[in-house]
Amino acid sequence: METQARILKVLHKVSGKEISPAADESLFVSGLLDSFALTDFVTGLEEEFGVTIPDSDLSARKFDTIGKVEAYLAAKRQ
Amino acid sequence: MAFLRAFGSWLPSRRVSNNELAPLVDATPEWILEVSGIEERRYAAETDTVAGIGVLAAQDCLEKAGATAAEVGMILVASGSSDRFCPGPASQVAAGLGLASTPALDIPVSSAGSLIGLILAAQLAPAAGRVLVVGAEIMSRRVALHTEGKNTAILFGDGAGAALVDTETGFARIADSCLYTDGASAEVLFVRDGHFYMDGSAVILHASRKMPRAINELLARNQLAASQVEAFLLHQANLNLIARVAAALKTPLDRFFTNIARYGNTSSASLLIAADEWHRGQTSALAGPLIFSAFGSGLNWGALLAVPRESASL
Repeated sequence: METQARILKVLHKVSGKEISPAADESLFVSGLLDSFALTDFVTGLEEEFGVTIPDSDLSARKFDTIGKVEAYLAAKRQ
Repeated sequence: MAFLRAFGSWLPSRRVSNNELAPLVDATPEWILEVSGIEERRYAAETDTVAGIGVLAAQDCLEKAGATAAEVGMILVASGSSDRFCPGPASQVAAGLGLASTPALDIPVSSAGSLIGLILAAQLAPAAGRVLVVGAEIMSRRVALHTEGKNTAILFGDGAGAALVDTETGFARIADSCLYTDGASAEVLFVRDGHFYMDGSAVILHASRKMPRAINELLARNQLAASQVEAFLLHQANLNLIARVAAALKTPLDRFFTNIARYGNTSSASLLIAADEWHRGQTSALAGPLIFSAFGSGLNWGALLAVPRESASL
């Protein structure tokens, strides 16, 4: 499964909504995330992709679009 | 050794309901309750000062302890909303208690300040004697009551709490603690031009991971399971955040004492106000461990473990 699809899988599980936003669409504006769901989203990404997201990266701006999340995960794999 | 001897608190009489606040910040009462768990908060009178309400909580604590101010060896006052930056309210709290030479130090940290005070008190008490920890906040003067200030205005309230940490007497022994600071993320919660600014999502993200981590560290270090803890006393930041911490610890929410619905988030006062209310509701001697935890500006966070006085296992 490609990265975006896996990100969406986590997002759908956390939000309980089957909305699939564009890569540059705000996940907050689209109603998929709020401040509390963001925490579950970050934890879900760690589990899905087997990465550890350090406290220094705990900013909503890094995770508020699928495109940013994809870029973040790509950077983590380098 | 250091013991928790007594708590005290003081709340203003003026209640500010969500119905009163909502139109000022372009919100609905229902939305405020849903995102925070807060039904109302208290606002201090114009004549109240941070130091003044701190004195009232301190006096309540000393009265409950059956102690006098003269028996206190040191005072620590936590506040993120002090009326004056320098000197902070600690010296005025000491003066208000009639003390002219007892060392009184400020902890200018919102939200986590009284936890820092308790942890420092436990370490300082063997040398300083009884340490009076006070958390006093008039947060209503540090929020903007209009749309732009919505995310802080809906949360914060005013109040003061206090704790007396004793070297000999008390209902619980402070057994362990951990305290952390991460200045790299300080910009998510700070005061500028007299008002608090908060990146709510980032604060929740940090707090919902850091507080359980700190609590689990203490539990693991002391061979305890979360299920063995008699009560969790947390900074009353947001009911949804407390629920997150409970879920992370796989512990029922009813084991976490909460009073945020009635007082809102009183920042560094909240931990001690909650502790005072919890303690007043106890009808028998402490039977199991207590966990205190808080998270706040700095970022500062940590946890403290207290155990029944006669507990030999820890």
